[in-house]
Amino acid sequence: MSLNQNSGPAPGPGPGRPPLFSRLSGLASRPREPLLAVLIAALILLVGLRAPAFLTMRSMDNLLTDSALPVMLALTQMLVIVTRGIDLSVASNLALSGMMSALLAMHFPQLPIGLVIACALCIGLALGLINGWLIGYLSLPPIVVTLGSMSVYRGLVFVLSGGAWVSSRNMPADFIAFPLGRLMGLTHLVWLAALAIVVLWFVARHTRFGRDLYAIGNDPVAAGYVGIASPQRLFWTYGLSGAMAGLCGYLWVARYAVAYTEIAYGFELTVIAACVIGGISIAGGVGNISGAVLGALFLAVINNALPMVQISPFWQSALTGLVILSAVIINARGEKKRNKQILPLHFHTELRATAAPVTRTPA
Amino acid sequence: MNIMADTAPVKTARYDIGERGSFRIADLLRQWEFLLGLLLVAVFCINCLLLPHFLDFYNLADSTFNFSEKALIALPMALLIICREIDISVSAVIALSSVAMGVANHYGVPAVGLFVVGIGTGTLCGLLNGLLVTRFALPSIVVTIGSMSLFRGLASVVLGDQAFTNYPELLSDWGQGYFFDVLPRPFAVLIVAALAFAALLHCTAWGRRIYAIGNNPVAARFSGIAVDRYRLMLFVLTGAMAGLAGCLLTGRIGSTRPNIALGWELEIITVVILGGVSIAGGAGTIGGVLLAVLTLGMVTYGLALANIPGIIMTIVVGALLLTTIAVPRLLRGKATR
Amino acid sequence: MSSSVLPVQGTMFHSPPVRAEEVVRVVAGQSAAPVLELSGIGKRFQGIVALRDVGFAVRPGEVMALLGENGAGKSTLVKILTGIHQPDEGTIALDGKPVSFATPQAAMQAGITAVHQETVMFEELTVAENICIGRQPLCGIPPRIDWRRIEAEAEQLFARLEVDLPVRARVKDLSVAQRHFVEIARALSQRAQVVIMDEPTAALSQREIRELYRIIGQLRAAGTAVIFISHKFDEIFAVADRYTVLRDGRFIAAGALADITESQLVALMVGREVGQVFPRHLEQSNDRQASMPEANDAILEVENFCHPTEFHDVSFSLRRGEIIGFYGLVGAGRSELMQALFGLSPAARGKVRIDGRTISIQSPAQAIAHGIAYVPEDRQHQGVLLSLPIFQNITLPILSGIGFFLRRHRRREIAIARRLSEQLELKAAHFHQHVAQLSGGNQQKVVLAKWLATNPRVIILDEPTKGIDIGSKAAVHRFISDLVEQGLSVILVSSELPEVMGMADRIIVMHQGTVQRVFDRDEATPELLVAAASGSGHQHEDQDQDQDKTGAVPCH
Repeated sequence: MSLNQNSGPAPGPGPGRPPLFSRLSGLASRPREPLLAVLIAALILLVGLRAPAFLTMRSMDNLLTDSALPVMLALTQMLVIVTRGIDLSVASNLALSGMMSALLAMHFPQLPIGLVIACALCIGLALGLINGWLIGYLSLPPIVVTLGSMSVYRGLVFVLSGGAWVSSRNMPADFIAFPLGRLMGLTHLVWLAALAIVVLWFVARHTRFGRDLYAIGNDPVAAGYVGIASPQRLFWTYGLSGAMAGLCGYLWVARYAVAYTEIAYGFELTVIAACVIGGISIAGGVGNISGAVLGALFLAVINNALPMVQISPFWQSALTGLVILSAVIINARGEKKRNKQILPLHFHTELRATAAPVTRTPA
Repeated sequence: MNIMADTAPVKTARYDIGERGSFRIADLLRQWEFLLGLLLVAVFCINCLLLPHFLDFYNLADSTFNFSEKALIALPMALLIICREIDISVSAVIALSSVAMGVANHYGVPAVGLFVVGIGTGTLCGLLNGLLVTRFALPSIVVTIGSMSLFRGLASVVLGDQAFTNYPELLSDWGQGYFFDVLPRPFAVLIVAALAFAALLHCTAWGRRIYAIGNNPVAARFSGIAVDRYRLMLFVLTGAMAGLAGCLLTGRIGSTRPNIALGWELEIITVVILGGVSIAGGAGTIGGVLLAVLTLGMVTYGLALANIPGIIMTIVVGALLLTTIAVPRLLRGKATR
Repeated sequence: MSSSVLPVQGTMFHSPPVRAEEVVRVVAGQSAAPVLELSGIGKRFQGIVALRDVGFAVRPGEVMALLGENGAGKSTLVKILTGIHQPDEGTIALDGKPVSFATPQAAMQAGITAVHQETVMFEELTVAENICIGRQPLCGIPPRIDWRRIEAEAEQLFARLEVDLPVRARVKDLSVAQRHFVEIARALSQRAQVVIMDEPTAALSQREIRELYRIIGQLRAAGTAVIFISHKFDEIFAVADRYTVLRDGRFIAAGALADITESQLVALMVGREVGQVFPRHLEQSNDRQASMPEANDAILEVENFCHPTEFHDVSFSLRRGEIIGFYGLVGAGRSELMQALFGLSPAARGKVRIDGRTISIQSPAQAIAHGIAYVPEDRQHQGVLLSLPIFQNITLPILSGIGFFLRRHRRREIAIARRLSEQLELKAAHFHQHVAQLSGGNQQKVVLAKWLATNPRVIILDEPTKGIDIGSKAAVHRFISDLVEQGLSVILVSSELPEVMGMADRIIVMHQGTVQRVFDRDEATPELLVAAASGSGHQHEDQDQDQDKTGAVPCH
């Protein structure tokens, strides 16, 4: 009897695999994250060799600041992907929350900055919870739901702003100043990212909430059977993703001191790419906080390094694409073949644990 | 066979199996395509009532320019999604094909050759996607996210910050021209393609196998279907159609810019899902996709006539997508998990 | 072949009347009050009665064997006890108090857990985490998971069970036996009062089975009640105290195992005198073989067939009109072998000859072209396409033979489907009906019809009667005989002794990927077969390799 009920016998992609593969497979079965960290360090050094200006404090500080937002979004996207889901709406969420906070600050400049940030966070949370309700409680496929909400939120940015830009003239000084303000030498962005890493690492590793997400991603049906309240967990996971998008929305518009309809267009794919590079499997159930961080960092290094070595920024997208493809190939060799698509959570196979199959009665 | 245990023993009982079930109006009414048809009619009527120039035949014909290229890609995308795959890189393939055409044009390739270059580039892109997905058994969503970056990146490397223009007339003839002065050429191409795809999917053995793969890839493989070969062909086909769409789009716009077809992939996927193709695979019709294309096209056109900015369309599309998947679930009660 | 548990042909459509003297009610024992007591449990599924008036009691520290053939209602009962289904009638009492389980979680919290054949595990999580998933203990401010305590508890549990398992290992790297132990540890950690074990030894080696017995002994000593479901009488007599027999969804008998013999148990399970009349074809084939010895050339020959991880050095030949049975435990590699023969495993190597011609089979389509058909074990996932109509399921492998534009040939398609449905006595409303709406037995018929449509010469049946009720089982056996009469050769993979002994001309027994022995019909006895399947013919007891590690043998 084949124990792999879903996938038939020994899965093999093709008749003959090139020898490079066996080396890659060996690479993949070792823990990913230290390898990735070494790769990043190597990349930085390499670039530094070509352009010593890259290794200065200033440049590193720039790098860290630039990587803060992708890192923060990748953290929560990781939690979503771990549950076998995906959140395509983060960029639109970011844009909408950012625009709303900018408009708020523009019309009520006397509001304390903390309140504005809290508003952005709450707006993002609400937007994320809408996704969470549709996906968690109505069991709708995450890719379709977030595709729809992505469109709606992006359109709402336009409706809200009337197509007009909110520029730095309209924004109060403290609104703009906060993200790049310094605390002990590092920007607030970096500190926020560090805080996010610590908090989400704690959630993912040391709370029941986080561990339940891994269980859901491993086997949604079994998770239900051991008593995990999947709808509620998913509800809050997407809410968390939305809240982070909301916070990053404020940070984005404040940092670049501009808010308009198309900000962060396409950014959701960058975030997902960061997760994939970081070893988080699209099939769910696997993934580390460190992976998400390193993946985002890797992409940020590429972004920052290219101008330094005089590679035209036009290469950035192509290089990113190559990195993603390589990461996926290495990823797949290392993990057991499982479901390949981001399938709707509820399209699962019957609980394997039920005893010898009873004669199936007509549905 | 459980039944047999409870009934009188008739060892050689023969059961009379009818050829098909009785036709019930209720079943027709529950079909997705029927509801879409109703929606299309409703949109049409609303537009007629509210907009004075809507019913102008030439205006209506012109409105097809806006969606013909996207619809051309929606056709193979529907087949891909039925097979439980997806291709996020289609807009990038358009961009790369257009850039390739621009380069070829720059080097004096004749107009017909430009079409070959465009479609050929698209085919190669699709081949890359297909090989990565089938040979290396990779999930198509992340592969195509990666290849999307790659293709658009290559396009922008070649393009730089300029634009290709000066395309020969043949291209604009096809991109913005008419047959018999009234039927836009891209729309005609779309109709032909739609008929071909519908015949392929609904009437041939190939289509039957595609549905089988989407329904249960393991059982399909066990039944002798070369699943990976079909997947590869579908990715190649999607790339080729994206290349064709790129040719028409380039002809219509008359130039190649870095942001060509930006964001199209998600619109195309949305229209396919609105057309009744389930994201879980195994279900959907070309007719439904066409109805969705026409409905959205008409809504876009109506909004344009009413001078409402196009971005509102994205809200409409998104809201439509969410309601069409949420409402049946709400009506049926929460799904059993 | 005296102890067959298959019903006599012609009587399976009637349940024999329950004779008064067969009903042996439980004599009130002198030990403690029962920890679990069922009474009057009834369950119907859409009009079909799965259980009717079932009741029994289990005392703490007692091991009760639940016996019954496939379709007797055991799995439905287990699902009711674990909260997956709710009974339509009857009561369940735990510690004397009536309970009802709305969800599986409720049953678990009440103290009833089950260890299934296929374990419910979270593959990427560690052993320790799997044991306490969903209810991890918390500590500290801010409250966080107490990993140290979780690991310590896990280690204690394994120490108690005297099992050596690294608690930080990921479940996906464990063998089947090890996963069973993790599930048992989970049951213990949940302070389960009742542990249900459903065919736990199906995939275990002899040594692992002995460890399991020891663990059951420990459970017993701790006061846990164990409900033990198994088909193997030697295990039942080795480990259980009492028995309960179900047949056709009804309670038949219960009592102490010390007071009954195996054949009496079999009689209770089957409901009639033991004795077996198997399909006629065998008598005919004996005649055939006696009269035409030269006509028995091989239609299929397999030589040195091997696979890097699943099986190695398999050689056999299949004669025309012959039925070969492949017997073995779960994990012996039989299904993998058949799937490789069918072209589903590119990594397999070896020589295959059909009609003397060496061929290479790289894909199922090629196998079909050579006249091989494979009816998979897992009907739901590998056999049928549930959301497609019946006729589309049936004609799926032969589409190229029907024509490219299928619409034009619809009539022909339906005609093919109709012919095969009549041959198999398929019961359905119409051919456009989705297969999902058919009963399990009818779904199996659709699968068989599909493969018959390819006009095979060799048909491989992988556990064809698994999960099918008694009534259909005999029908399937008759069908197999009919196939042979029509000139097909059959490979029958089966884990049921009586089936394989009754149907096959020759029996090949596999163990952990190798062919242990080949028996002729008349030299096969249950004891010999079981011994060969457990590998005790060869001294393999020390090399308890995991299934994954049989790849020690190179395969070129």
